Amino acid sequence: MKAHGQRVGGGLGALLVLVAVVSGCGQGDPGDAALPAGDPSATAEVTDEAAEQDPHAQHGHDGLPATAGPGYTVDDVRFMQMMIAHHDQALRMARMTSEQGAGLEVSQFSERIDISQQDEIRFMERWLDERDQAIPGEDERHAMRMPGMVSPEDFQRLGEARGPEFDRLFLNLMIEHHVGALEMVDELFASPGAAQDSELFQFATDVGADQMDEIGIMERLIDRLQPA
Amino acid sequence: MLGLFVLAAVPGSLLAQGAGTATHDDPRAGLDAGEANSAEQAAWNMDLVSWTPKPIPFDSTGGLTYASSDLAFRGNYVYQGNFSGFTIWDVSNPAGPEVLNTTLCATDQGDPSIYGNLLFISAESNRARIDCGIQGVEDGADRMRGVRIFDVSDPRNPTLVKNVQTCRGSHTHTLVPHPTDSGVVYVYVGGSSGVRSADEMPGCASGSVEEDPNTAQFRVDIIRVPLSNPEAAEVVTYGRIFEGLQPVGSRGGPSGCHDLTAYPEYNLIAGACGSYGLLLDASDPENPVRLDALSDENFSLWHTAVFDNHATSVVFTDEWGGGTQPRCREGDPFELGGNTILGIGTDGSFTQHSYFKMPAVQTDTENCVSHNGGLIPIPGRDIMVQGWYQGGVNVFDFTDPGDPVEIAFFDRGPLSTENLIIGGSWGAYWYNGYIYSSDLARGLDVLEMVPSEHLTENELEAAKLVMMEEYNPQSQPHLTWPAAFPVARAYLDQLIRNEGLPAARTSAIGSTLDAAEAASGADRRTQLNALASELDSDAADARDADRVRALAAVVRDLANAS
Repeated sequence: MKAHGQRVGGGLGALLVLVAVVSGCGQGDPGDAALPAGDPSATAEVTDEAAEQDPHAQHGHDGLPATAGPGYTVDDVRFMQMMIAHHDQALRMARMTSEQGAGLEVSQFSERIDISQQDEIRFMERWLDERDQAIPGEDERHAMRMPGMVSPEDFQRLGEARGPEFDRLFLNLMIEHHVGALEMVDELFASPGAAQDSELFQFATDVGADQMDEIGIMERLIDRLQPA
Repeated sequence: MLGLFVLAAVPGSLLAQGAGTATHDDPRAGLDAGEANSAEQAAWNMDLVSWTPKPIPFDSTGGLTYASSDLAFRGNYVYQGNFSGFTIWDVSNPAGPEVLNTTLCATDQGDPSIYGNLLFISAESNRARIDCGIQGVEDGADRMRGVRIFDVSDPRNPTLVKNVQTCRGSHTHTLVPHPTDSGVVYVYVGGSSGVRSADEMPGCASGSVEEDPNTAQFRVDIIRVPLSNPEAAEVVTYGRIFEGLQPVGSRGGPSGCHDLTAYPEYNLIAGACGSYGLLLDASDPENPVRLDALSDENFSLWHTAVFDNHATSVVFTDEWGGGTQPRCREGDPFELGGNTILGIGTDGSFTQHSYFKMPAVQTDTENCVSHNGGLIPIPGRDIMVQGWYQGGVNVFDFTDPGDPVEIAFFDRGPLSTENLIIGGSWGAYWYNGYIYSSDLARGLDVLEMVPSEHLTENELEAAKLVMMEEYNPQSQPHLTWPAAFPVARAYLDQLIRNEGLPAARTSAIGSTLDAAEAASGADRRTQLNALASELDSDAADARDADRVRALAAVVRDLANAS
């Protein structure tokens, strides 16, 4: 996925083009149905085609204005705007666990995601606000396109799954979601001049380290689940 | 908010054992806000000796950019890191520390270590430059991510000796002296930031070990520093210390250590590495060997470690939220964002005993989570002082690793009630009689322990007898006490407190010690030798035989020194 992004072009703009799926805020967004779930490489290919067909696809941050300022770049601002939307979806997934009969370990893990990412959203909103940058509203959060986002179809499957079946699907989707966040961090660091603001640097580094480690935790949790 | 923690429903889980949350019923809850030293304070069993603001070049409300970071100590000097450089303080007068030098040099986060005249400074940031400039980096060739080495033989005029570049920069670092060659020190590099491109630094690659055996992820870089020629310091090897921790084909897991604490006396290193706490055998510092690794669903970010003096237990901290988030609010779970105390078996295996977290409710504008600290050298007890960001400084006793108890604290109200301004104690350390706390926003605090029911005058006097030449908290020194009456009386006070001997005996021993101290020469020696023999007999059926034996040993040493 990462090599793909680099081939398309430089900076975060490329990221937006490459991106996979729509956020899953509502059902039946046009074009969603064509996107397969679960296989990242297949998803990426389809997305490239979809991107070519969709003139708005490159506006993955949904046309939200972003400008550079003292010590930060446009890519920094877009990273924060998009990561808010990315976290927003993780929160919606994490909050499904109590309804779906998730096991204890998955419940505890998702509770931590809930607390952590909610705080991080607040942090990112504050960072943007202090720099007079646009904070994505609810509709914009749902419309943004980022790597690892869960499709409406998968959201529906998740909503129908119960117990151990839910646990497995949740963990697999959340791993892909986290892998997507890592790609966003990698793309940020690959963007010229980006991530030199101390707070943003530390935040992006933490997101990268935390989510890579959480992938490890989720892999271990999957290992402990009963075979499907 | 936290309805969840289904914990109570899970008898037997670790979560259930320690379940609890912060309390409002504490003087640290609800303090008035204020910047600098103007916030309301709460103190228990410790006093603020002095507060000194950050030097002017760092005196900024610019968030993390000019935040203070960790401390290192040598002689009368305190080295305080900063996200944009470092400060050298002269603390000959703890009531009035003086700035000798402020060096501007972009780092993020600037953790310092001192070894002789060499000051090591971590640099991780994308903005850190080879020339120390703070204007940012346009051309990757100007970037410096790694460990800087300064010569500070003239503390008023530090000079940059070497930039040791690494692929991922250095968030923290740890000095590991060569076990036999006093001319060599190793630096283990901590951090989990992004890998630079191979264009910027040849040989740097990211990805899993399966994808690329040379990946800069999933390893700890090791720098070798020849002390006679520090310009030749370089990364000589790395430790793949995470192998086998993750399922085959894993795309995640710990990719680096946030922090490593070396304990050279025992050739051990405790690594706080993502979702694992690790114990390493560093007998050969170029080939660290993992002895054990522990994961804990409650611990999201194993952050740092402090051994007890005998390396039989270790306190690991969890910096849940990375230090910029408020994690001591009402309802925040006790087991997340605090400490866990592990036992270390003779085979080097971990056993988890308990959790401990600063217990007072803090506001949602106070970043608060477990952070850095070190031991207070009280003989016979394991006592640690620790910074909790805006949760203040506290001191707790973990002599019984299953039942840690708080015994002192100092805290200020938030910097602001409206916004979360990053601040508070980065780390708090006992050094030669005082506690030094590095406040990210406010500057440098010096604190003093006050005798209490939890810590007697004699115990504190014994602690003050331990004088260190040099102290790097991440390279933990082994504590030893001189043969002195306060040390003997410290053990005696402990035997009184825990009723380790009958009251009649402790009273008699106290009188004998007084008489011996009043005597001199052969007279004193005779009295002390007699007391030591009595103590040997006491130990046979004492409730706390080990402590009685420790007391006997001190008394015998005192006799020999008479």
